[in-house]
Amino acid sequence: MKTLLKTTATAIAMTLAANAATAEGKVVLYHWFEYIPQELLDKFQEQTGIEVVMDTFDSNEALLASLKAGGMGTYDLAVPGDYMVSIMAGEGMLDDIAEGELANKGNIMAEWADPAFDPGRNSSIPYQWGSTSFMVNRDVYDGAINTTDIIFNPPEELSGKINMLDSQAEVLLLGSLHLGIPQCSTDRDQLKALNDLMQSSKEHWVSFNSDTAKEVLVSGDAAAGMIWNGFGAKAREEGANVEYAYPDQGLTVWMDNVVLLKDAPNRENALKFMDFLLEPENMGAVTNYARYAAGVDGVADYLDDALKTMPEQNPPAGIKTVFVEVCDEATQAVYDQIWTNLKK
Amino acid sequence: MAGGVAGGGNATSDTYAGARNWLLLPSWLVLGILVLAPVSMMLVYSFLTKEFRGGVIWEFSLGAYDQFFCSRGLFGDEPCQIEWTYILIFWRSIWQAGAATLLSLVIGLPTAYYIATRPAHVRPLWVFLITIPYWVNLLIRTVSMKFLLRDQGPLNDGLLAIGLISEPIGIVNTNFAVQLGLFYSYLPFMVLPIYASIERYNFALSEAAADLYAGKWTIFRRIVLPTVKPGIIAGCILVFVPSLGSFLAPDLLGGAKNFMIGSLIEEQFKGNAGNWPFGAAASMILLTMVLIILLLFARQQSRADRAGG
Repeated sequence: MKTLLKTTATAIAMTLAANAATAEGKVVLYHWFEYIPQELLDKFQEQTGIEVVMDTFDSNEALLASLKAGGMGTYDLAVPGDYMVSIMAGEGMLDDIAEGELANKGNIMAEWADPAFDPGRNSSIPYQWGSTSFMVNRDVYDGAINTTDIIFNPPEELSGKINMLDSQAEVLLLGSLHLGIPQCSTDRDQLKALNDLMQSSKEHWVSFNSDTAKEVLVSGDAAAGMIWNGFGAKAREEGANVEYAYPDQGLTVWMDNVVLLKDAPNRENALKFMDFLLEPENMGAVTNYARYAAGVDGVADYLDDALKTMPEQNPPAGIKTVFVEVCDEATQAVYDQIWTNLKK
Repeated sequence: MAGGVAGGGNATSDTYAGARNWLLLPSWLVLGILVLAPVSMMLVYSFLTKEFRGGVIWEFSLGAYDQFFCSRGLFGDEPCQIEWTYILIFWRSIWQAGAATLLSLVIGLPTAYYIATRPAHVRPLWVFLITIPYWVNLLIRTVSMKFLLRDQGPLNDGLLAIGLISEPIGIVNTNFAVQLGLFYSYLPFMVLPIYASIERYNFALSEAAADLYAGKWTIFRRIVLPTVKPGIIAGCILVFVPSLGSFLAPDLLGGAKNFMIGSLIEEQFKGNAGNWPFGAAASMILLTMVLIILLLFARQQSRADRAGG
């Protein structure tokens, strides 16, 4: 009898515990690797009782591929970059957020409230924005670095020791900036020049790695490397004597955004999570962790001091900035061919 | 595959004859769901039209195979010439996998021979030691390998300290690093089947050959090698085939500067290209190649068996 009672009590307790965890359900997030602190997810669960389930991806294209291959209807939220937001909207993968559904929508900074990639913030909120450039190890080379020549026509000290991001869009954009040609060009001479530039520069590059872009700089495997600014700041803070370059030819900027996916199984919870992220304190925690910049008003009060003065976050005045553009199918085919030629 | 039926008994009746079909059912289900269905799907996809940015349009097309074999220039409007790009990528992968297989064989054969000639009660310990690395995830092992080999790593530090070299030898991000990584990943696949066939080898045959004045090399070449050949072939296939499609070692140790078959296919599904039919076609061509190699081995094997009586 005693045993039976005990068993029953345990069973009831377990059922109750299980119910408590799932009473408010969950929200399923598809996110970049190493981009949100676990404490923040725990805080959300504490406040709302909603559990955050997260999968990670390592490139915008991988995100799109996995959603296309049957991921729709599994995830509530994803975090695509700017150009991928317009692609996903074009593919009909994003849900509309009606007026008034997000209580904190007003917290979005004016300059990010109506971006070209999602007019009126119809389906997205800003997550983090930053730039893509490259870093140079100052122990190896101490000359001028604010030029794309460092990558495509490097000084002898750096040649053969450069890591590139394994990201077609960003590598080819940097090449286009170097040549001073537009993105999505249809001019045959310009495209040939870009192809030739990639062919002739390859000998200067030692590897193509995105997820280890920081680590190769810290370990010294690479003396220079393409990198995102926040990731680069981490490399410097981990002790590498590296400096982030602001090339005169132009700086690639991007913004990652939390989007509401169509057929989200937990739409209500997803909206709650978006509101949660739009609170300055929470977005400040993301920013302190990721070392990029937020698109939400009032975050500055919550940032650690190092972030305010760090060189990767403060570009010189007057620098030209560009976003990745989305090409049409025929144009994109040529860029794909240039990339294949580079890596064959 | 190792040993074929050579070691089988001479049973004349099967105790479980009645249940035979039912016993096979789980295997058929697993094979059907996990192998046949996905492979047939890939076969179908390879003949469909590509959709921009991933996905397929359900219209028959030879476009994927055309892209593989036909080069039409940067802008895709020149007449068809032989496309060397992908053949080169395949050739590079075959070469890397071949080198890794050879390396595994050179190290694995003596190792297996050594283990098989230990007293029977310590052999399991040796086999156990060979499998220990498999308790650790392949990714972790490959990354650790990179830490070991890098310019500031223990290997170079050690060699520098004893004065054998005056500056670090750059191994990471070379083809050799990839071969080393593949070799390290798959070595047990070489050792175990060879060990299994040497263990069954009757060493009295070697003695008999020696009595008939065969030299040590001749005994190895004419007696030992032919009997353990099935194990060697099985080991080579088990190392070569996974090496061929591997992309972990090429990416992490080779620096991903050049496509291998694995990374080329990955790029079609996960990368910018988003060309599913082409990825499926490349997989099909790889599969066909592997099948041909296996068939050739199998044919040679059965011919050798028949010749041996």
